[in-house]
Amino acid sequence: MNILFFASLREQLQTDKENWESLDGISTVKELLNQLQARGEPWQSALNNPKLIISVNQEVVNADHRLSLQDEVAFFPPVTGG
Amino acid sequence: MVVIQTNDFSVAKEYQLLRDAAPGKTGAICTFVGLVREFGDRPDIQGMFLEHYPGMTEKSLNKLILEAKNTWDIHSAKVIHRVGSLKVDEQIVFVGISSSHRADAFAACEFIMDYLKTDAPFWKKELSQEGDIWVEAKDSDQRRKQKWAGMHKDD
Repeated sequence: MNILFFASLREQLQTDKENWESLDGISTVKELLNQLQARGEPWQSALNNPKLIISVNQEVVNADHRLSLQDEVAFFPPVTGG
Repeated sequence: MVVIQTNDFSVAKEYQLLRDAAPGKTGAICTFVGLVREFGDRPDIQGMFLEHYPGMTEKSLNKLILEAKNTWDIHSAKVIHRVGSLKVDEQIVFVGISSSHRADAFAACEFIMDYLKTDAPFWKKELSQEGDIWVEAKDSDQRRKQKWAGMHKDD
């Protein structure tokens, strides 16, 4: 599973992606978020944002979306293009 | 058609492509260009840095074009969005629509621009002497999008 981070979130976490070779007991986006936040700072604060947008395979999803090992998951702040 | 690029674009060239897309059938062409202002969330902006999500950005813009084609009578639609570092007065975004009639061209162009603002994964960072700050998403952009509710076929 590939996990991507963009914009201000990428800067706060000082990383733009990571690759997981197993789901590590995770079955939903919410559980993934909890596991990432359990790493402590800066993960805990950066991901504790009600405006955070989550996509799986490039479609926006809710936190209860179920994950599989082939998924591309992304976390990002509200978009500001144009 | 959707293009994400670092380079500038030529409105004259894009206009000609829209003119040539449906010979004999085109009665109206509407184009929009967005530029970098010297003021944004703060005064004295020197430029912008634009980031996107390669793959998802193109996908979301293609979806908007498809929705516009399903809703209005348009012949050709093009979106160009630049990424990377841009200075004040540089062009950021182009939306161009060709149609048989002006109402469809105006509506489709504005619809795509309004949804691009709220749905396409781009992020702007304002660069100034006091530091670089990521632009906050605006409620007014959400409200502009909401005015299309019920007016296009996916709603």
